[in-house]
Amino acid sequence: MIDVDSFHEIATSLTRHKLRTALTALGVFFGLTIFMLMVSFGGSLRSGISKKMSGFATNAVFLWGQRTSEPYAGLPANRPVVFDNDDIEPLRKLAGVEHVAPRNQLGGFRAGNVVKHGSKVGAFQVAGDYPDFQFISMPLIRAGRYINDADIADRRKVAVIGESVASELFGGADPIGQALEVNGIHFVVVGVFGTRATGQQGDQQVRTIHVPFTTFQQAFHTGNRVSWFALTGKRGVDAKELEQRVYALLRERHKVAPTDDAAIRGFNAGAQFAKTEKMFGAIDIVLGVFGLLSLLAGAIGVSNIMLISVRERTKEIGVRKALGARPAAVVGMVIAEAVMLTLVAGFIALAVGAFAISKAADRIATMGPDFPLGPPQVSFSFSVLATVILIAVGALAGLIPAVRAAAISPVEALRDE
Amino acid sequence: MLRLSKINKYYAVGSHRLHVLRDVDLEVEAGEMVAIMGASGSGKSTLLNILGILDRYDAGEYWLGDTLIRDLGEGQAARYRNQFIGFVFQSFNLLPFKTAVENVALPLYYQGVPRRQRNRTALQYLDKVGLADWADHRPAEMSGGQKQRVAIARALITKPRIVLADEPTGALDSKTSEEVMELFGEINRTGMTVILVTHEADVAAKARRTIRLRDGKVEPELVARAS
Repeated sequence: MIDVDSFHEIATSLTRHKLRTALTALGVFFGLTIFMLMVSFGGSLRSGISKKMSGFATNAVFLWGQRTSEPYAGLPANRPVVFDNDDIEPLRKLAGVEHVAPRNQLGGFRAGNVVKHGSKVGAFQVAGDYPDFQFISMPLIRAGRYINDADIADRRKVAVIGESVASELFGGADPIGQALEVNGIHFVVVGVFGTRATGQQGDQQVRTIHVPFTTFQQAFHTGNRVSWFALTGKRGVDAKELEQRVYALLRERHKVAPTDDAAIRGFNAGAQFAKTEKMFGAIDIVLGVFGLLSLLAGAIGVSNIMLISVRERTKEIGVRKALGARPAAVVGMVIAEAVMLTLVAGFIALAVGAFAISKAADRIATMGPDFPLGPPQVSFSFSVLATVILIAVGALAGLIPAVRAAAISPVEALRDE
Repeated sequence: MLRLSKINKYYAVGSHRLHVLRDVDLEVEAGEMVAIMGASGSGKSTLLNILGILDRYDAGEYWLGDTLIRDLGEGQAARYRNQFIGFVFQSFNLLPFKTAVENVALPLYYQGVPRRQRNRTALQYLDKVGLADWADHRPAEMSGGQKQRVAIARALITKPRIVLADEPTGALDSKTSEEVMELFGEINRTGMTVILVTHEADVAAKARRTIRLRDGKVEPELVARAS
């Protein structure tokens, strides 16, 4: 029970030896600060790596057709597998699938296409997309909008362009409502997007022109072919399992042997993500353990000083017991002092640590995309967790001294020399 | 008020057993003022510890009012000490970092009395011992006699059944001793039972009755009355 009264008692006894209390608190302060920095460094490392991976949904699966490697159902090996519009609906209906984005790319994967606007010319990627693609690639819409369902239904000749396309073709001018020409076909720009992805991946994304999937097929005469599929699973759906179900469906639809691994290829960003997640999980544990150990070192300091304090206060504790302090009250007093000392030092550490981390975050934010660390941060839940840990650590540190204090015999303590 | 019958107490010293109290019988009526005297090693400290519920005894019975004090757990012993007994020590045993009023109020803290209320009560008791003006002073700023009076106020604040004083004048000069003994006399006249442990004959002389201990035994009583 902590009320104003016991708080007063605790404060009085802690401030009796100011230097000693301050030095002990310093141990806890450093312990928690190191713990904090370790944890936020882990987070920083994680965000540093994942900013390179970002720009795509972390649970996305990408699939494309190649050639069969074994004969199946009366069909020969080495037959090309080509996805088509009829695959879309079955994929959408597959359990666990959230978004399905069929995609066509002009000239193939990562090809450059000549795109013109007036006298300006550039080489960009051109893709036919469904609105769903924005949930997989997650473009950041800077102006206008992304492709919508009406664009698909009406086969509108509209285009959503990456930032680099906008700057190269339109310079400083507003590209919305302007026309651009791809293979002699004119599209009206309805949106501009940026990306979260950095490095080559990000450069590639903002050098792309997205047009409605249906318009693409008609304009560039690709029939009902689909270059590749991108899809995401619903929350909590295992990426690996989802991928297996998708493979099974597509193999069946395209008469590919269930054992033919070459015919349909894919990239499972989710599985990749899970793998790095696992690695970061391990790093987090290691850093967290080291951090906790340093906090523990601080706690041992508290325990030590409380032991000394209890010894020094033998007489006081004897008097208190003679006057009616029950053992529980004595235990409570010592533990409360240890917890208070730990908490105060800890809160100062939280404040100083949060300040240092936010300064570091500002600094890292200016470092550019290739700096291996992301901005570190301290979450609210970490602060809550730290407080709980501090209380536990303080109580633990006070336990042995408290038990020793409770065992003090008033007869011994009050003996006059 | 208080009855000891056939109290025996042993201490283990190495492999030996030291018989410290031998069949001690003692009866103190409510409102009495009794002195316990004895040379060092006579067992008077041990007897005091048992009377003060600070120590256990091995055989016999100790009745404090209608309460049998025997085989108590630590918590229960602490509760009884708090409720039934007021201690006054030779070296005062005030907490140095607390003011006079806080020292006096301490037993009430362990009864869970709220701060304001217990400080108010403590001030009344400080007034009774003539130290209301010294309420906010720390023990270091007070004379020995003043400290002992603070300690007496602390002993009285819980309205105990008995006040146990262990050499209460042992650290005081003779004039102050007299004043403190005067105070004990006053307290006793209000009906409080007082037991003094002392080796000073003139202190014991203030008591209505003196019990002498020798080698752990009560000597046949010599009645010595104060005036």
